[in-house]
Amino acid sequence: MLEIKNLHARIVDDGTEIIRGLNLTVEAGEVAAIMGPNGSGKSTLSYILAGREDYEVTEGDILYNGQSILEMDPAERATSGIFLAFQYPMEIPGVATMEFLKVAMNEQRKARGEEPLKIPEFLKRVKDAAALLDMDMAMLKRPLNVGFSGGEKKRAEILQMKLLEPKLCVLDETDSGLDIDALKIVSEGVNALRAPDRAIVIITHYQRLLQYIVPDSVHVLYRGQVVKSGDKSLALDLEANGYAGVIGQAA
Amino acid sequence: MNIHTTPQRTPAETALIDAFSDRLSLLPGDGTVMLKRDDAIEAIKSGLPTRRIESWHYTDLRRLLTTVPDFDPAAAAKAIAPVVEGSAVLPVLNGVSSTKLPEIEGIAVQRLSEKLTDGSAAPGLDPYGADDAIGALNTAFVADGYFVDIADGTELDKPVELQNLQAGGQTHVRLSVRVGVGAKAVIVERQAGEGAALVSSVSQLLLDEGAEATWLIVQEQPDTATHLAQFKAHLGKNAKLTLFVMNAGGKLVRQEVVVRTTGEGADFTLRGINLLAGDTHTDVTMVLDHAVPHTASTEVIRNVVTGRARGVFQGRINVHQYAQKTNAKMACNTLLLSDDGEFSTKPELEIFADDVVCGHGATVTEIDHSHLFYLMARGIDEKSARGLLVKAFVAEVIEELDDEAIVEALETRLDGWFAAHG
Repeated sequence: MLEIKNLHARIVDDGTEIIRGLNLTVEAGEVAAIMGPNGSGKSTLSYILAGREDYEVTEGDILYNGQSILEMDPAERATSGIFLAFQYPMEIPGVATMEFLKVAMNEQRKARGEEPLKIPEFLKRVKDAAALLDMDMAMLKRPLNVGFSGGEKKRAEILQMKLLEPKLCVLDETDSGLDIDALKIVSEGVNALRAPDRAIVIITHYQRLLQYIVPDSVHVLYRGQVVKSGDKSLALDLEANGYAGVIGQAA
Repeated sequence: MNIHTTPQRTPAETALIDAFSDRLSLLPGDGTVMLKRDDAIEAIKSGLPTRRIESWHYTDLRRLLTTVPDFDPAAAAKAIAPVVEGSAVLPVLNGVSSTKLPEIEGIAVQRLSEKLTDGSAAPGLDPYGADDAIGALNTAFVADGYFVDIADGTELDKPVELQNLQAGGQTHVRLSVRVGVGAKAVIVERQAGEGAALVSSVSQLLLDEGAEATWLIVQEQPDTATHLAQFKAHLGKNAKLTLFVMNAGGKLVRQEVVVRTTGEGADFTLRGINLLAGDTHTDVTMVLDHAVPHTASTEVIRNVVTGRARGVFQGRINVHQYAQKTNAKMACNTLLLSDDGEFSTKPELEIFADDVVCGHGATVTEIDHSHLFYLMARGIDEKSARGLLVKAFVAEVIEELDDEAIVEALETRLDGWFAAHG
């Protein structure tokens, strides 16, 4: 489903190369974890997948269902089924959360050639998803993410992910800022989305989240490259011995 | 020895002076009113204000007012549906008030032409300062409008909409409202039309003790119209005024807001949105006097500038020496969406009291790219995402009004503007 080939990318502003020859393949139905120390390029990779303009791909390609996405803008990527759950979701004053959800869901439907949702059906879907994530509907009456706590923002991201039904989910440090109860709820929300036709990429610094969302594959990112891949035992190994061993082998 | 020279008159100045001679016999007024008209035209004869006059620095009226249309007796404007459904409508069509008026309990409505004729409107015709060009223009030519008196203790359940509609030519209108002791009202001042017009409109609001009013100015003139407007209010003891100004049209627009708190405990809120497009010029100038102790005011102006539009906000707050414990906050935020657009902000705080809290701030920004990315990352295309963010920037101010029917009605006006200019 996702194939990243020899990807090189840099920050547009100052030309710093962050991703330096990254290769990664994630199949449909797979849950892949990307781990790595701070500054290894994890969040940058997530932004590049979503199409943020601050980064420029200088070499290599990203294929999604066999098609390059490099020329697609963030909206086109999103309507084709790519979803990024942000590490730091934006607070947008003045944009009502419900209105935003309705517009976003209907954009997805439009791309699939479906009719816009009727209001009762839309409300029902939002209520059901919110209940699963233990979110108060009153929160959704506020402007988008405004005044949400760190944990509430992460839940709101997963809520959006559920409602938009993407095919490739990228979760950037979704566990940061969550207490243990919230972590369980969010993990259950993600696990419920596991499906044979959907791939999930989990970017995380710690192994903690992977106790709840058990990955099929684990990849270690260091200096903009995948330096080691393995199964879930690799995550446990990293937790026990730190990144030094893996990085030492790579260097 | 000084040599005094009067600069040559501009075509607009000449046209106004000639029009006055032509119209004089048609203008209503007793002796006092006619004397005030004479004074007013003398002020115009000495020249329209230029950038050398401080309060007109960013709106050089003498240079910007290039043409003055003739009065057009054939112009036929029609009343339109009110902004808020179910409002009582008092229309002024081409400068003429209606003889058939709705009966509303607790409200007495008089045609202003009658009050000019009998001279009872004369005291309101005085200029408020030396540079009151809009007041002078209006006093010289005003022929009609309304005087609305809302009786003490009346609480209106529906808004009253004062419609000033033009279909070309010149119209000069005055709208006066008194809200009695403890009374509550929502007033909509609707300024619109479809002609190449010169409009002057002066509104006067008197809030008696404990009165509460929300006054919404919805200005949607066509880009062929010059709209020179003034809103003057006196706030009595514990009176509360929320003034909302929406400028969403006009070629050359100046909206003056002149407010004076004259009673302790008075509270003034100004919220404004200026939606600027094309090759237009829009100026909102406020002069607020905190004249007594323990009064509060907040002003928030949000501007969206597109095309080659130019905007101005001047906010002057005078805190008189005696006006201790004044609390005043002013903010002007501009979203500049075009390289050719321009917005000038000038806050002026004159504080003569020593125990007050006064602040002001101004920002000029573009669309936040991280916000845009976030919305697009959810599948919303760039144009729609930009639209959502621009609307959000101004909608925030509307939502503060906290009355669902009004918020919805204003957002509909907003959507209309974005549909035409997005």
